[in-house]
Order: sequence, then C-alpha cells, then structure tokens
Amino acid sequence: MKVTILQFPGTNCEYDTQHAFEKLGATTEIIWHKAESLPSDTNLLVVAGGFSYGDYLRSGAIAQFSPVMKAVTEYANNGGKVLGICNGFQVLTEAGLLPGALKRNDGLHFISKHHTLKVENNDNVFLEKLNNGDVVNIPIAHHDGNYFIDQDGLKELYANNQVLLTYSDANGDVKNPNGSVDSIAGVCNKNKNVFGLMPHPERAMESILGSDDGVKMLEGFLAS
Amino acid sequence: MTTAIINVSLKAGVLDSQGKAVHHALDSLHFEGVSDVRVGKQIVIKLDTDDKTVAMSEVEKMCEEILANTVIEDYKIELI
Repeated sequence: MKVTILQFPGTNCEYDTQHAFEKLGATTEIIWHKAESLPSDTNLLVVAGGFSYGDYLRSGAIAQFSPVMKAVTEYANNGGKVLGICNGFQVLTEAGLLPGALKRNDGLHFISKHHTLKVENNDNVFLEKLNNGDVVNIPIAHHDGNYFIDQDGLKELYANNQVLLTYSDANGDVKNPNGSVDSIAGVCNKNKNVFGLMPHPERAMESILGSDDGVKMLEGFLAS
Repeated sequence: MTTAIINVSLKAGVLDSQGKAVHHALDSLHFEGVSDVRVGKQIVIKLDTDDKTVAMSEVEKMCEEILANTVIEDYKIELI
C-alpha cells in the first residue's frame, strides 16, 4: 500500500499524515506541488491539511491550479482514491472534484478542538470499518469549514449516499460548530473514490493524545 | 490601458456571517436605518488592452476560473 501525500507551500499536516499512514503499515511519499505526475505505484493520494498559499483569495483557490493538480484530476477521473483533509477538502471542492464549497465559519472564529462526528454512510472504502450511526472523536481546526451546497446539490448528495460524516454530540445528535449545511463535516463524489472532510483523522491516531478514532477511519483505505 | 474593478460577494441566499456581524456592530453603534450589510472583496486588475470588449471577456474568464467561486459567490465587473 503506497500513500502519496501532496505538499503545497503552506501545507502543514503532511508529516502527521505520513505518521498516521506509516503507523498503519503503509509506505508513504510526500510530493511537492510542482510535480507533474504522481508516483506510478500510488494507491491513495492525500491532499493534506494546512494553509496552501496562505489561504489567499479563498482557501484552496490558488492551490487548485498548481502543476500537480492536473495529474490529481486525471488520477481521480480514472478511479484513483483521493482523500482531502481540511485544506485538502477545500482544494478538492475548488478543483471541482467534490461538490459544494467551504465558507467562513458562522461564528467567524477559528475553531480548534476535539469534536464528535456521526458516521452517516459507510458504504465506501473510507468508512467501511465503521457502522452507520457510530460516533467518533476527531479534532477540528479550521476557519473556513462551513460547508455550503445548494438545495439541488444537497438532494443529490443524499440520493447517492455521499454525506459521509456530520458534526454531532456524543450521542450522535446534531451539534453544528460552524454553520455547515445539515451539519455536514465530510462528503464524497458520486463514484465514491474522492473523499473530503474538515476534521483531522490523522491527528487522532494515539489515545494518549486524546483519541485514536482516526485509526478506524484511515484503516479503511488499507483494507481495500 | 484598462482597469477592471471586480467586486466579489456571497450570492443572495448564501448567509454572509461577516456582513451580519458588521450589521450588529453598526446597530450597537446606534446607526439607524441599516437594513442589510454584505461584506465582499475588491480586486483591481490593470490590463494592457484599450479594447473594453476584449477586456470584459478576459476578466469574465478570470472570474469564472479563479477570482470567484461561483458555487457561493457572485461577481460584478466595472471597467475604467
């Protein structure tokens, strides 16, 4: 299992992501955004979190035109598995690989804390190790995590089971920290090979650091 | 030379949290009669061309491709 991790200027979660996947037994490679192709043995491409291009213009807006993104789009369109975490999610929505957009949090504050999430749909490689309705404890750290999609788009997400995770309380009831439409924390594309979420599963790999619920999430990719 | 002034703001119907916060601040400063506040951003671009039609079509392309995220934002272009 080979995990390739993208690094833009301003990315800051690439080493956490590397640690997480290596802990699970994968081999990893971090590649700079100027690369024009992906390593040919890539089984999963991760667009890691951070602040690509300082979030200038909009979060993820400039990164979507980095040289490597052509190869990423081609990889995704050929069925390759792609995971965008936090800023990676923003990049993937900007690039049109995932539906919707991420706006400024409703409360206007940067939110950095552990948050519980409810698993909405596990019929995909990402969440297949979890059950629908399970609650996981995963850190969030974002300013622009307020997921927006119009009503038609939302209907389509539900019709295709593309809503992956929602922000909830510990009982799985809705608790919305940032104003996201229907409290959505993560979605996938129609083909279920491109995934994006604002929370950071790669930061929830060690119980001594508050939670190891990220293990069950990221393991899904290694099993497939 | 043509200067393009582009105003990008959240679409009507998309909640503008910053606009709302500014509205509250204006209320607390006792400015009366404010019915709505929207916060956006302005981008100013200088183009070599003098041809306004060419400039407009170029800037429209820029807006669609990168300057605005048309999922959530509208843009208005003014050429001078």
